[in-house]
Amino acid sequence: MSTINWYKYASPASFYGLAGKMIPGFAALSGILFIVGLYIGFFVAPTDAQQGEAYRIIFIHVPAAWMSMFIYVIMAIYAGIGLAFNTRLSSMMAQALAPTGALFCSIALFTGAFWGKPMWGAWWVWDARLTSQLILFFLYIGFISLQAAIDDPKRSDRAGALIALVGVVNVPIIYFSVKWWNTLHQGASINLTRAPSMAHTMLAGMLIMALACWMYAIAVTLYRVRLVILERERHSTWVAQLLKDMK
Amino acid sequence: MKPRHKKLVFILIGVAGIGIIVALVMNAFRSNLVFFFTPSQVIAKEAPVNRAFRIGGLVEKGSLRRENDGLTVHFVVTDTKHDMNVTYKGILPDLFKEGKGVVAQGRLDSNGRFVADEVLAKHDENYMPPEVANELKAAKASKTPL
Repeated sequence: MSTINWYKYASPASFYGLAGKMIPGFAALSGILFIVGLYIGFFVAPTDAQQGEAYRIIFIHVPAAWMSMFIYVIMAIYAGIGLAFNTRLSSMMAQALAPTGALFCSIALFTGAFWGKPMWGAWWVWDARLTSQLILFFLYIGFISLQAAIDDPKRSDRAGALIALVGVVNVPIIYFSVKWWNTLHQGASINLTRAPSMAHTMLAGMLIMALACWMYAIAVTLYRVRLVILERERHSTWVAQLLKDMK
Repeated sequence: MKPRHKKLVFILIGVAGIGIIVALVMNAFRSNLVFFFTPSQVIAKEAPVNRAFRIGGLVEKGSLRRENDGLTVHFVVTDTKHDMNVTYKGILPDLFKEGKGVVAQGRLDSNGRFVADEVLAKHDENYMPPEVANELKAAKASKTPL
């Protein structure tokens, strides 16, 4: 059979090598996209009619907020697969994704506050969108600290998966909060069902930045999962062999 | 069914169950989760009495009036069906404009006037350069006489 044996890469040892080969590509792509995206964001995109220059926060705020939700869902899926099928690598992927998700989540919260003060007149309000996003941040922190608190990786994966899966209901709440309730946060400018309500260059800049964040997240997660693999498999023969080859 | 498939089904049912519980709880607390009430809701007595709450809507065009002390402002918040008089003493946010969204926190006084102690501007989801905004305005203006 000439088909690729995908199960091969479910083994941490072979994925370690594959991840190492993929990292430079994603990292380079992310670097290029960040430069293009920031250039459009700062120099090409026009000023906003109402907000002036302050609107430029969306080039980082919106991609970061998207990524924080998206990464959480991916993390929950990996954690769920790990829980159901006892596949070690999926649990390691969940563990590797969490810090990046938490980072994007805090970027979204902080940039939002910096924008909120001049635009709304308040750093923070307890409306449904902001509160549910803050809960997402606590879920990330909870996942990371619970996993770190338990020494046995099998048990820490199970505990982490529970938080990840319970918390995943929060993601649709964040996304739809601006529709379901009266919130101070504005509704989505970009929607699958209708044309985006923003100028084309602004939209292009934002999407490129989102793509850049995506590539960054993949590169960093792969880098981190390699470290997790090494740490967890440190007593195995292949890691010993690897260390011997490096010398 | 293999045991691991059974486990997966349990997990999926668990997540769905939690989703349903959360949806029911959210539905029960719906009124507590709203950030602001519209003038129509206030008139329909849906807003809390004797307690601070927020109203939201558009600032009616031409309704903004400043008192001589330069700080106290009066304006009308409308949801196009009902209006509400608002008094506020303080600095208004940058995005506060007539015809734009606003959220004010405060309470009703005995005359049915809303006395705000905090005013927030509510931005909409439209982003466009000033030239486009002007064109839109011009297009609207040329249509109105019809």
